[in-house]
Amino acid sequence: MFKAVVYVTLRESVLDPQGQAVKGALNTLGFDEVNNARIGKYMELELNSADRAQAEERVREMCEKLLANTVVEDYRFEIVEG
Amino acid sequence: MRVAVIVFPGSNADVDLYNAVEDVMGVPVDYVWHSATDLSGYDVILLPGGFSYGDYLRCGAVARFSPVMEQVVKAAEEGKLVMGICNGFQILTEVGLLPGALLRNRSLKFACKLSGLRVDNNNTPFTRDYAAGEEIQIPIAHGEGNYYCDEETLAKLRAGNQIVFRYSGENPNGSIDDIAGICNERGNVLGMMPHPERAVHKWMTSDDGRRMFTSILKTWREQNSVTTHA
Repeated sequence: MFKAVVYVTLRESVLDPQGQAVKGALNTLGFDEVNNARIGKYMELELNSADRAQAEERVREMCEKLLANTVVEDYRFEIVEG
Repeated sequence: MRVAVIVFPGSNADVDLYNAVEDVMGVPVDYVWHSATDLSGYDVILLPGGFSYGDYLRCGAVARFSPVMEQVVKAAEEGKLVMGICNGFQILTEVGLLPGALLRNRSLKFACKLSGLRVDNNNTPFTRDYAAGEEIQIPIAHGEGNYYCDEETLAKLRAGNQIVFRYSGENPNGSIDDIAGICNERGNVLGMMPHPERAVHKWMTSDDGRRMFTSILKTWREQNSVTTHA
């Protein structure tokens, strides 16, 4: 059994109003060191894959097809033994 | 002429759209469930607003894989008129019939009000009954209507006169170039965030949306050489 941990975030070139709001709130609270904040999605997928290579290939396909909209989002993922 | 209003689980503007077609166009219209696999009997396909599949993951992301969407793409390729309103617009971008994407409103607030639009292209099958540059009042109701595309796509949209509607007053969502609605290169697929189906009678505060439906009817009649009897 493997587990895929997928992160999806808005591309750097796309304004992230949620991130901006959180950054503003953190600055207001005195966390002046926060220069920027980006908000994204975290997903865990339990996989019934034969091996790691196959799992990687399939998860990439899942990201491209559904999990991320590559017009506005970037994705990355890790495959861990689950 | 027969019109399909596609219904996804979570659609909520389907009844408004159906009623607008019935009231303004006076042609047969059917609700078509998202699992349908044949749209060959329809001339115009409408995708209503709402929250298809709860807008889980991203708005329109799951609806885009509904069985009916293959048929919607096929209809668009055949040159049939396809219009997506609000969530329908989001689905059309997800499925790739229209470029770009709809992001969270810049204000992070759900915007629900009457909104001023400018008709920047009245040379489409959906807008021919408006004057060029005409300002109209159409209600909006969305939390994710912030249209975004990259610079290259924006240049293409402008060059191809594909920006059909822009917000004429305050931009309610932060969309690039004040975009409220766009069409594809061929002009037979249109997506817009505002709801023309909610502005088809005076008692609705505005009836400026009526002419979208009369435009569609006129286009179809011309294409099919149907003579009207006064």
